[in-house]
Amino acid sequence: MFEVLRNETLAPQVHRMVVRAPRVAKARQPGQFVIVRLEEGAERIPLTIADADPVAGTITLIIQAVGLSTQRIVAVQAGGFIRDVAGPLGKATEIHNVGKVVCVGGGVGTAVLFPLAAAAARAGNEVTTIIGGRSAPYVILRDELAQFSKEVLVTTEDGSLGVKGFVTAVLEQILNDPARKPAEVFAVGPVGMMAAIVKLTRAANVKTVVSLNPIMVDGTGMCGGCRVTVGGKIQFACVDGPEFDGLAVDFKELSDRQATYKDHECKLTGK
Amino acid sequence: MNKRQYTPKERMAIQRCKMVEQDAAARAGNFKEVNQGLAEAVAIEEANRCIQCKNKPCIAGCPVAVRIPDFLAKVAEGDFAGAAAILQADNALPATTGRVCPQEKQCEEVCIRGKGGKGQPVAIGWLERYVADWGMAHASAPVPPATRTKYKVAIVGSGPGGLTAAGELARIGHNVTVFEALHAAGGVLRYGIPEFRLPKRIVDREVANLEALGVKIECNVVVGKTITIDQITSEFDACFIANGAGVPEFLRVPGENLKGVYSANEYLTRINLMCAYDPQPGRTPILRAQTTVVFGGGNTAMDGVRTSKRMGSSRAILAYRRSRAEMPARAEEVKHAEEEGIEFMFLVAPLAILGDDKGWVRGVRLQKMELGPPDASGRRRPVPIPGSEFELECQVAIVAVGTKANPLLTATCPQLKLNKWGNIEVDANQMTSIPGVFAGGDIVRGGATVILAMGDGKRAAAAIDAYLKTK
Repeated sequence: MFEVLRNETLAPQVHRMVVRAPRVAKARQPGQFVIVRLEEGAERIPLTIADADPVAGTITLIIQAVGLSTQRIVAVQAGGFIRDVAGPLGKATEIHNVGKVVCVGGGVGTAVLFPLAAAAARAGNEVTTIIGGRSAPYVILRDELAQFSKEVLVTTEDGSLGVKGFVTAVLEQILNDPARKPAEVFAVGPVGMMAAIVKLTRAANVKTVVSLNPIMVDGTGMCGGCRVTVGGKIQFACVDGPEFDGLAVDFKELSDRQATYKDHECKLTGK
Repeated sequence: MNKRQYTPKERMAIQRCKMVEQDAAARAGNFKEVNQGLAEAVAIEEANRCIQCKNKPCIAGCPVAVRIPDFLAKVAEGDFAGAAAILQADNALPATTGRVCPQEKQCEEVCIRGKGGKGQPVAIGWLERYVADWGMAHASAPVPPATRTKYKVAIVGSGPGGLTAAGELARIGHNVTVFEALHAAGGVLRYGIPEFRLPKRIVDREVANLEALGVKIECNVVVGKTITIDQITSEFDACFIANGAGVPEFLRVPGENLKGVYSANEYLTRINLMCAYDPQPGRTPILRAQTTVVFGGGNTAMDGVRTSKRMGSSRAILAYRRSRAEMPARAEEVKHAEEEGIEFMFLVAPLAILGDDKGWVRGVRLQKMELGPPDASGRRRPVPIPGSEFELECQVAIVAVGTKANPLLTATCPQLKLNKWGNIEVDANQMTSIPGVFAGGDIVRGGATVILAMGDGKRAAAAIDAYLKTK
């Protein structure tokens, strides 16, 4: 059993939870995730570790309650327990000092972006961060990212905060400005957003790292449910990822596979 | 006690018993165990078929060398407690092996009663199951040894190899901790083998027995990620790595990532470990298809195709590129599958998985094969017949063509010597290139069986005990 020490709401349906998991906290590196199973009978849900405190033995998870399982997880208050937390899983982020990097986060993807951006800054990079959301309340971690970013640019679809529109428009401006053009882009968010970003960075010939969150069961390479095609080869996001060369990822297939269980109950029985 | 004495002639005249099975049509729609077990009188009579031959080939045919004639003699007398004591001393998981061992290729293959063309071997597997179940129903929980040694042993993985080693070492009095990556113990017995072959209450009981012996089981510890082998060797006096089957192989044909294509590991894990057969809010989902095609010919393929039938497929088809004679699956499973209405397509190989415009599986394209000369495995190699391609409609395709070594653990332990396939190299005592670190089961052998993993666990436990005494 893993105790929940804190649970706060960051945005509508987005919670920041601090969980006691000493072994995970000690081993964790940026970019890794855990598999969480709330209770007996529940699904195994992969969640990126946003932060870890090896001394306190705690990890921080930022969770968007999109389905029943995540809704139940974020309903656990401080003092409550999560039955299973396994990890840290996946490969750690490979961070090098390349000079300028742009980090792009969409929605709750910003939570996954946060440790990558922090690690990029720690490695000596000049970090420009672009984060977007549906409207102002959905823009998360702006202040936290500002602590190590040269600037944090915000976009909202309704214009309620920052620039009206999508993160891609802001990124495109930066890519087209020789003075600001980065050596590398990190992008985390909905599959459609990452696909759109890669379209821009491919044209601009900029290395792009994306973090993928496909459907997953065990998280240890055993089932292959999280397979994605990268550079024409099958890769397992749980052990070969979750970060991949965005320019090589087959986003069409990924987006397709993400929809497998959208309405699975009746899909194939023809009912 | 059964006092009936048989003359040798009477003994030879007894016909091999029949297993009571759940009705085939009924069981194809449920997950309850197929085999219902033997009645007491039937078990006693069957055990009397053993002629207590001099050479006892069955013992040599058993990967863990169970004293089969001795326990059969006790059953023949009706002394089930005596039989259980012998069986349990030699085999850590008899209720499991009695159900899942390929007996026809081990003890029963060499049984003298089965020799000479028309004879049938003693039903050793069914009797093992009978005695083990009797033991579980009548025995109290095992008692930990009165004194403990000062040694701590870590076991990586709680599958058959790990559980066997843990039990052997705990009985000696060593302090054993088992690290399991998933949220429940049992390994392949939990996530892989379906309920209708091995009820999970058996696995629960085996695990509970180990805990009663003093074994500590820690779930959610992914060795190689949560902790490393280096950390384990600094905290423990010895270690046994039995982390199992690894990464599923795919077919390397177009369409493998369409929605509706599963590895057998994923399909079975969703159903067995995650209980997807019981749809409830918040449960792991699973696709249900009118027609399911499973590729492969081993036990995992059989488990997959029989499970898909139980999940409601009106056609559940096993497509295998060789012929029936080459199938590695256990004979009893093939028989059960046929009775349940599983369709077998032999000598066909997949060319592609076909998808619709929404990315769902709509069928498979197959090619007919014929058998050529034997290959490296000694089996006749399947050769494509040109122009024989055809399509088969299905909505789910399951790939059960084997696994390869999972580098999750070994990648973080570079001192561990591996073979060219990434499996851990061990000596005759299961010791790896790191002193005090032993390994067994699928991570050493590639894909093998429950009983071979258990044999490794048993051998490793003895070697670990000997190693600790030299420390």
